[in-house]
Amino acid sequence: MDLSYGPEYEAFREEVRSFIETNRDRAPRPRTGLRAPETLAWQKLLIENGYAARTIPEEYGGYGAEPDILKSRIIAEEFARANVSSGLGGQGISMLVPTLLEMGTEEQKREFIRPTLHGEMIWCQGYSEPGAGSDLASLRTSAVLDGDEWVVNGSKIWTSTAHLADWIFCLVRTEPEAPKHQGISFLLFRMDTPGIEVRPLVDMTGVANFNETFFTDVRVPKHQIVGARGQGWMVANSILGNERDSLGNPDATLSRLNGLVELMKQETVNGHRAIDDPVLRDRLMQIQGRVMALRCNDLRVLSARLNQADARLARMVVKLQGTELRHELEGLAIDVMGEIGLAYQDNPYLRDQGSWQHQYMFFLGLIIGGGTSQIQKNIISERGLGMPKEPKYEKGQFAKAAG
Amino acid sequence: MEFGLSEEQTLLADSINRFLDEASSLDRVRQFVTAPETDVWSGLVELGVPGILVSEANGGLSMTALDAVIVAEALGSHTAPAPFLGSAVMAPVALQAAAKNPGDLLAALVAGEHRVGIAVGEAFAARVDAGITASSGRLSGKALFVLDYGADSYLVADGNANLYLVAADAKGLESRPLTTIDRTRRTGELVLKGVAAERVSDDPAVLRKALDYGRVILAADTLGAAQNMLDQAVAYANEREQFNRPIGSFQAVKHMCAEMAAHLEPCRALIWYAAHALDELPDEATLYASHTKAHLAEVGKFVAKTATEVHGGMGFTDLLGLHYWFKRIGFNRQMLGTPELLRDDAARVQGLVA
Repeated sequence: MDLSYGPEYEAFREEVRSFIETNRDRAPRPRTGLRAPETLAWQKLLIENGYAARTIPEEYGGYGAEPDILKSRIIAEEFARANVSSGLGGQGISMLVPTLLEMGTEEQKREFIRPTLHGEMIWCQGYSEPGAGSDLASLRTSAVLDGDEWVVNGSKIWTSTAHLADWIFCLVRTEPEAPKHQGISFLLFRMDTPGIEVRPLVDMTGVANFNETFFTDVRVPKHQIVGARGQGWMVANSILGNERDSLGNPDATLSRLNGLVELMKQETVNGHRAIDDPVLRDRLMQIQGRVMALRCNDLRVLSARLNQADARLARMVVKLQGTELRHELEGLAIDVMGEIGLAYQDNPYLRDQGSWQHQYMFFLGLIIGGGTSQIQKNIISERGLGMPKEPKYEKGQFAKAAG
Repeated sequence: MEFGLSEEQTLLADSINRFLDEASSLDRVRQFVTAPETDVWSGLVELGVPGILVSEANGGLSMTALDAVIVAEALGSHTAPAPFLGSAVMAPVALQAAAKNPGDLLAALVAGEHRVGIAVGEAFAARVDAGITASSGRLSGKALFVLDYGADSYLVADGNANLYLVAADAKGLESRPLTTIDRTRRTGELVLKGVAAERVSDDPAVLRKALDYGRVILAADTLGAAQNMLDQAVAYANEREQFNRPIGSFQAVKHMCAEMAAHLEPCRALIWYAAHALDELPDEATLYASHTKAHLAEVGKFVAKTATEVHGGMGFTDLLGLHYWFKRIGFNRQMLGTPELLRDDAARVQGLVA
């Protein structure tokens, strides 16, 4: 058991801290636009210093460092601690770039990775469809080859940032006769191509973070495909793995827990502080115990990664437990506030800019998105515990079986 | 950085588990109910278990709290009847924290020649009619649900967190066994009437340390027991068929198993950290010990119920014996502090209680 990162890494931590202290005035404020000059300048500075796009090869516009899990982690920890923007995220950088590095042609890597990393090319993801959610492989948006072009028809849903994006990476069915996992291809195309319509989808927080995106005879050059025809499912699966690993961040949860303790010290009912109410305090302590368990679990997963081992179950439970716990933590804050917990938007009694109400709902979205809690339980029981799969029905078979 | 078990620790777990597979099989556990002397403890003594937390200077092995946790997990997994908590954990920890070793008691503990029962509940949660008072070196009062009853001496705490050693045959001490739901553990009652006692410590930090260790050990026992129940549930669900399918293929059943695993797996890392804190991070030790035992009590309760349900009617029978694990987990929950008490403790340690 050795919890220290070692002197080499502590020296690196000092470097990161001093960079942040020297440059923090140049960092964009929260809610600065994705295309604002200060956003792009900050991203450029971070990449030049190895604090963003750290392990992406220089020839594709990254910093080109050797992968080092602890250094990446120290960077994340220090930017979070300083509450300074750690640069651009989004599905282009977090999902498409690693996929192109893995599966893209040399030409694609050169064309797309650099501008994506530098925030000059914004992407959206076209996976889910109204009829293909948890059963993503049943997607029906079609692409038919017509000469040198794919002709795309269909629709996608939950396409975050589609209204801002320059490009989309999109799963389409190209081989309608093949078994469903083998008939999918992974296309890249511009969002200003004729035939694309984006309609905002307002979520329960009142914000249109998502969209519905419709394709009518959208013509895409034939070579804008990642991997071979019919291999799109394999390409997409490596991306989903990335997404699941990135959800449920125990450091963020800890800082929310600290915020909740502060809130409970300040909120009073009949002159008594919430923290002095033994029932509320017990609920707080229950949540703290669970946060501590997940933080320790995170250390275990990290340590396994450092040793090239797979923490298996410890890794598989992170998304399920992390999102459910966050939702409960935010919910306790609302109960602590009583009626004030209902306040929203311009209400003058709002606490902490309404973040508790917003996050309570937002995390319900994360419980569902990126593989629902029920899908997570399938993964845990089938892959983690070795339990048998649910019998699968072919198309139309269930109605017949149900008689 | 390395957060996990070392190779030696994995080997330790293997050797303890191998021994207990035989010595503490379910059949043997059933026998313990009628004949409470088994060869489990003598076998563990031979493996060096009582020396784990005793320093080399005192004749022990100078191993870590994490090693003790590994043993506790194996004991819980096998619902093993053994006086580990008192004689290998709380007594040695208290004696060494107080720098006391009367009559070379530590050597006798390591050799398995002496057993110490634990009567400290009255220091933090005295029930009606229970409670110990000290007056000019003599103890009076009543201690309930003494752990590892049937010992040669008892570590007794009074209401002021002072610790004493009382010989089981001391004049003025009356004792009797108390039956509990968990037949794999021995508990009893001590009634003291002006009993001469050897004072071990008048420093509350000594009792605190013994409690921190004891709580982490009980949490680890629950982890082992709950993991075993989950493993049994998964094996049963994969085997048992209804509606022409293994019941484990129904999401209603497999999701119960996934929920058990999702709650239980992070507990393993929590216990590792809590054990590490006992040895290396004194500022965090009590906070982690209290939270770890409280959290394992909650998760253990959930797993005990859910794993039983996965077994359907068979889970409710004595035939399968699943109830030994269910009751063991229940025992661990109530002893050395209930979850509510421990969470209050955790809040106090952080200065959150006015």
